[in-house]
Amino acid sequence: MTMATMNDTLAGARGKGRKFGRDLAGLAVILGLAVVGYLLFPNNLALLTRITAIALLVLSLDLVTGYCGVATLGHAALFGTGAYASGIAAVHFGITDPLLMLACGILGGALAGLVCGVVILRAHGLPQLVLSIALIHLFHEFANKASSWTGGSDGLAGIAPDPLLGHFEFDLWGRTAYVFGIVLLAVVFTILRLIVRSPFGMLCRGIKEDPVRIRAMGASPKLALMKMYVISGAVAGTGGALNAISTQVVGLDSLSFTLSAESLVMVVLGGTGSLFGALTGTIVFMFFEDLVSAANPFHWLTMVGALLIAVVLFAPKGLYGTLAGLASRWRRTPR
Amino acid sequence: MSAIFEVRNLKRAFGGLAVTNDVSLAMAPGDRVALIGPNGAGKTTFVDIVTGNLAPDSGDVLLGGESVTRTDAIGRVRRGLVRSFQVTRLFQEMTPAEHVALAILQRDGEAGRMFGHFLMMPKVMAEVGELLGKLGLRELMHRRVAEIAYGQQRLLEIAVALALKPKVLLLDEPAAGVPQSDTGRIEQALADLPADLAVLMIEHDMDLVFRFAKRVIVLAAGTIIFDGSPSDVTKDPRVREAYLGSYANAGHAA
Repeated sequence: MTMATMNDTLAGARGKGRKFGRDLAGLAVILGLAVVGYLLFPNNLALLTRITAIALLVLSLDLVTGYCGVATLGHAALFGTGAYASGIAAVHFGITDPLLMLACGILGGALAGLVCGVVILRAHGLPQLVLSIALIHLFHEFANKASSWTGGSDGLAGIAPDPLLGHFEFDLWGRTAYVFGIVLLAVVFTILRLIVRSPFGMLCRGIKEDPVRIRAMGASPKLALMKMYVISGAVAGTGGALNAISTQVVGLDSLSFTLSAESLVMVVLGGTGSLFGALTGTIVFMFFEDLVSAANPFHWLTMVGALLIAVVLFAPKGLYGTLAGLASRWRRTPR
Repeated sequence: MSAIFEVRNLKRAFGGLAVTNDVSLAMAPGDRVALIGPNGAGKTTFVDIVTGNLAPDSGDVLLGGESVTRTDAIGRVRRGLVRSFQVTRLFQEMTPAEHVALAILQRDGEAGRMFGHFLMMPKVMAEVGELLGKLGLRELMHRRVAEIAYGQQRLLEIAVALALKPKVLLLDEPAAGVPQSDTGRIEQALADLPADLAVLMIEHDMDLVFRFAKRVIVLAAGTIIFDGSPSDVTKDPRVREAYLGSYANAGHAA
């Protein structure tokens, strides 16, 4: 290796070191927020667990929308399938070990990702968006009609998970579920950080910018996007399974257009193409929703709309994206 | 010498108009060929057919003696037929190092790897550094493409193509849109292309054609009207007619 190449690698390694530092910082922030949340809202752990499950959905959506540029308003299909897979496994097949239920959710989500990917990736732009909307309605209707399996509009009740690892009961206060959720989120976050920085992640960013260029490099954009969709499905399925295990019920709302649209709003709110952005968007949106819907049950949606318009107009890169941009500019300014 | 790249009797018509009309040519490793022709001669259609983005009505495209007529565009790249674009198609938010690394990883079948970072892959980084160094882009390797000059982006196009280790390289107007002051660097890069690489350059700039090509092919109205040495091309009456015709039209339109 020549001296110059060595220097380049070292310069790169320093950059990599910084990123590794940010990974640890990200993990620390997740765990720190989890502790703060636990201390601040000991009686509202169910909400925090719900936020954690939705964060997994939003992370999953960011993978295909933020990193790959796929437009979708049907991403709850992956989340809901994961939730139903895990719930049905428990209710109809007696698989009540939470980790096995989680595995069913992940598998179900990945499968739904495969199905949605095959359909959605056939189109681009507006037709793609329309296909995704059609898909979520189909999934919703299917779950509604298959009521002997899903409980239909009454929801799938009677999910009774065993104690986690044989020791930790899912208690009434939701402590076990909360810790379970935070651990899941931390693990998924770490894996996703690895993936988005890997050669595969780089390939996906390239596809988002110019698929024609990627083809001219001899890579198949479609194959890569399919892989990402399946990964995304597994992540959303994790969120769905967490939701099923923690609430012990799965409703049709987990397969709804509303949830799909809200998760897209959360991605945009936090900033697309960044895992931190996805987390920020979820936390801000969910807390804001909780806060304003309690303060003003009639006009809370108006306020959510106003918040979104403000962010899109004044911070088009999203809350996290804009802050990160400011921070890097501040760092670069000589002091 | 055996041909590394060959097209035989390529035909393609749009409606009644034969845009590529019975085009045949062969190239050996190390060939430096320029493909020229007035506007509307069918150069773009020819490139599209050769790269696999457009199916011919009839005829064959061969790489290393094997037919790739039914191979798709991606498959042809993998077999060593690589192109650069007339208008740079680069990832604006990515760095030159990322571009070249992605091409290298793709070439080696590692672009699907889901762990590790290319900056920590010494073999990849050594190649990235060497390639970008040759083209004078090493200093810029960690800058965003959107921040570097257009002439340097054109050089990066060439670097990406070379990173794929092609056998046949199609350069679509490599100096288009580059300020006069920067064309020297691109000409140097073209002169330094690997000796065993067969290069087909599509170009309007005749100075560049004369300096680069050992052989010139002139396409007009979808047909090859001249295939020979650069010194003979300006003397050929059919070429003069084709160009004079188009210039006369251009003058008329203006």
